[in-house]
Amino acid sequence: MTDEQIKQAIIGIINDINPDEDTSNINPGERLRDQLDLDSMDFLDIVMELRKRYGVHVPDTDYEHLASLDSCVGYLRDKMAGKELVS
Amino acid sequence: MSTEQQQAGFNLKAEGKRVLRGSSGGRVEQKVNPVEKAKGEYDVVVIGGGLAGLTGANVMATQGYRVCLLEQHYNYGGMATWFRRPGGHVFDISLHGFPVGMKKSMRRYWSQEIADSIVQLESIRFDNPQFSFETQFTREDYTNKVVEAFKLDRAHVERFYDHLRKMEYYNDDGKTIREMFEEFFPGRNDVHRAFMEPITYANGSTLDEPAITYGIVFSNFMSKGVFTFSGGTDQLIMKMRKILQSNGVDMFSGAQVERVLVENGRCAGVRVNGRDIKAKSVLSNANIKGTVLKLVGEDHLSPEFVQQAKDVRLSGSSCQVYIGIKQGEEIPFITDLLFCSTADHFTSEELCDLRTKSRTFSFYYPKTRPHLKNAGFTIVSSNNARWQDWQALDDVEYEREKNALIDRTIDHLEKYIPNVREKIDHLEASTPRTFNFYTQQVQGASFGTKFEGLDVSMKLSEQVPGLYHAGSVGIIMSGWLGTVNYGVITANKMAEYLHEAKAK
Repeated sequence: MTDEQIKQAIIGIINDINPDEDTSNINPGERLRDQLDLDSMDFLDIVMELRKRYGVHVPDTDYEHLASLDSCVGYLRDKMAGKELVS
Repeated sequence: MSTEQQQAGFNLKAEGKRVLRGSSGGRVEQKVNPVEKAKGEYDVVVIGGGLAGLTGANVMATQGYRVCLLEQHYNYGGMATWFRRPGGHVFDISLHGFPVGMKKSMRRYWSQEIADSIVQLESIRFDNPQFSFETQFTREDYTNKVVEAFKLDRAHVERFYDHLRKMEYYNDDGKTIREMFEEFFPGRNDVHRAFMEPITYANGSTLDEPAITYGIVFSNFMSKGVFTFSGGTDQLIMKMRKILQSNGVDMFSGAQVERVLVENGRCAGVRVNGRDIKAKSVLSNANIKGTVLKLVGEDHLSPEFVQQAKDVRLSGSSCQVYIGIKQGEEIPFITDLLFCSTADHFTSEELCDLRTKSRTFSFYYPKTRPHLKNAGFTIVSSNNARWQDWQALDDVEYEREKNALIDRTIDHLEKYIPNVREKIDHLEASTPRTFNFYTQQVQGASFGTKFEGLDVSMKLSEQVPGLYHAGSVGIIMSGWLGTVNYGVITANKMAEYLHEAKAK
């Protein structure tokens, strides 16, 4: 999976858990929390969907790495290697 | 001796034979072992089918785990329950109202259909000697009402809300709710009442709890209003059961878990109705104190943890009066939820007094059950109560206090619906003893535990790897929304544990 696809994977999950959010203009360097109406349950859902869709496990000590799209890419690059984007 | 007094002593009398719990008053003997058809092993066994247990089971099943759910009562839902009585009455125990967040949680962890049945309550009324107003309990409307009723500065009320919103579990300033109220609204018992009473009814908390508990719960409510499940609790639980079945969860009711099995220091399954079922992990949705002290037992725990569990205080209990209106009779629309009191001033102690003058009425009009042709009118009054007060009564006193509670409640209701007495064809009361019997909650706890219970609940898996707890704990995880979300949070931890166990 390319870096761009990892971003798409995260945005796809956010679109599913929060259909009312506008995810078209997310600044990848900025914290997701500061741009979208996401609470701690929403972040938990992202973690659970990563596990369900991609078999990727994120222990709770690593949640901080999911703060922005860029940090997600950095953290997930190895874990998502060789996986197909689920639409 | 009343049915309930028999029920209160049920555990002792029933030793040696297994009986079915429920409206039969616990007198029907179990002939078939309810867990006969359970498999010998699962990835996850869930003890207790309250909302946290049901939701945890569903989340684990949708993540691909083999799940078995065991419920001691014949019905599922825990405190999210209902019962039927002659005359076509269905009484909801805890449907009163929940925050808008429930819609999101139902859509994510259950189904769009369940989420779509969540509707906003039209009206909530406060009426007591200090103030009287009606509100939708949305942030905007409620603020308008308190600003007007108490002549407050709107900006100051907004500052109070902002302060509440900023409170986080990991960032507790150590203040009590009382101290926080005094800081923002010094000497204003009427304002304290307006902000505190509904929350006490919702989760049993008093002015002496940590302010953080109030901040989180009140902020959840103070947004888009108060919501309910259209169709009633019975429809909600029925839909949840269907979803669990279609997700492959094995569900058994009437199944009494006797022990959590621990092998080599790790959770290994449960003993239920005399049978051992293996499980890689167990989620207990039973009372946290009961889970630690009875189901696990001190042998498998550090003495410090045992003491910590023993020190956890419960959030108190409730009394309810169930009022059925005769078929064919109608009552006017008063409000959906009425917080009323004849007590001159507000104190946390008065709210849970044996003979409190304060109660809520939940009005269930035919709109509650739009799927029924002849849905009638029922009213459920609730008040906070202390287990100790009701437990101390002998049989004669108990009957007398229950009848007095019913009389006081109907007198109070007549103030809002004159001559309602003539329209009633069913009246029944429950007390902390009733809650204890049906749910096996220690001391009939109807709101879970005080704040310190959350820490014990969250640390259980450090004591016994593989064993988790979710349910009403710590005040902030109580109520329908709190307990549902806590079930999800815990299921997520369990999935990580199972993943790591597999990797090893």
